[in-house]
Amino acid sequence: MRPARAHPLWLAFVLHRVSGLALALFLPLHFWVLSLALTQPERLNRFLSFTEQPIAKLAEFGLVFLLAVHMFGGLRLIALEWLPWSAPQKTLAAGAVSVAALISGAFFLQVV
Amino acid sequence: MGRDSDVLQVSVWRGASAQGRYRTYEVPAQENQTVLDVVSWIQHYADASLTYRFACRVGMCGSCAMMVNDQPRWTCRTHVRKVVKEGKVRIGPLRNLPVIKDLATDMDPFFDKWVTAGGVHAPSATRDEPIPPVNPEETARLEASAGIECINCAICYAACDTVAGNPDYLGPAALQRAWTLLNDGKHGARDQILDAVSGTGGCHNCHSMGSCTAFCPNDLDPMSAIAGLKRETARTFFRRRRG
Repeated sequence: MRPARAHPLWLAFVLHRVSGLALALFLPLHFWVLSLALTQPERLNRFLSFTEQPIAKLAEFGLVFLLAVHMFGGLRLIALEWLPWSAPQKTLAAGAVSVAALISGAFFLQVV
Repeated sequence: MGRDSDVLQVSVWRGASAQGRYRTYEVPAQENQTVLDVVSWIQHYADASLTYRFACRVGMCGSCAMMVNDQPRWTCRTHVRKVVKEGKVRIGPLRNLPVIKDLATDMDPFFDKWVTAGGVHAPSATRDEPIPPVNPEETARLEASAGIECINCAICYAACDTVAGNPDYLGPAALQRAWTLLNDGKHGARDQILDAVSGTGGCHNCHSMGSCTAFCPNDLDPMSAIAGLKRETARTFFRRRRG
């Protein structure tokens, strides 16, 4: 039995769950690499030069995407469950937040 | 198209949960025909031993819900031409419930959970006291009124993946009933509801997937009702800790 799940909220749930799991797998690896700064600095340097390669940049893009999708998905859930607003109010608020994120993100990219 | 378009190939689930299988019937296609009409035609003219439930045929009683092409639907108000794919329709018993036989599921777990969620009305006054007025414009009453048109069809229960993953989960219909009673000024057992819906199988299991709201044939919104219960139980939790 395979009930239809192709509706936006169910897909949002899957995206949130998958990105959360992927980030949970990434974090121990991340902390381990950071710990190399104390234990094996020359190994960390080798790893950092490896991250200059395009494939690592692509993986970083994926990571930022997962982080963004999980953060905004989490904010969506908090708003959905904790704010007793009407649906149009929430749509307006989400629109305002995304426009603000777009403008401030573009500004941030220009600065760095 | 020729004559083939005048005949529907209908696969219907036959048997109980474990030993059952889909069996295909050829049913004459009509211009206007509901899925329930098709099931009835099979029972009248092809196989009298087919078991299924219906009563009102107009979307009020909530007894004819089935899986149609793997989606939970009220069959009496679902037109065949809206769901038919290349002349084929697949009709099965509701998901997430034990199958008794063919298209009839055992609804006991579904209704037992209504009671477990505190869905039985508890009076707040006796017959000797004056009837307290109900203001239809009041915020809490508006919340209650939004959910009281539930016809207990269990479509939301069949659509919910959280129910599929956790058999103890009370499910959207029972929790929405709890939410309407919680907002009902005449209900006398508010605290019992909050205790009942914050337990192991309670409202905090919900992942807000929204299948209940997407599939509800009466356009109700159990997902928002459950979100309301999440807020109220959390508020009570912090209030009790302070007190």
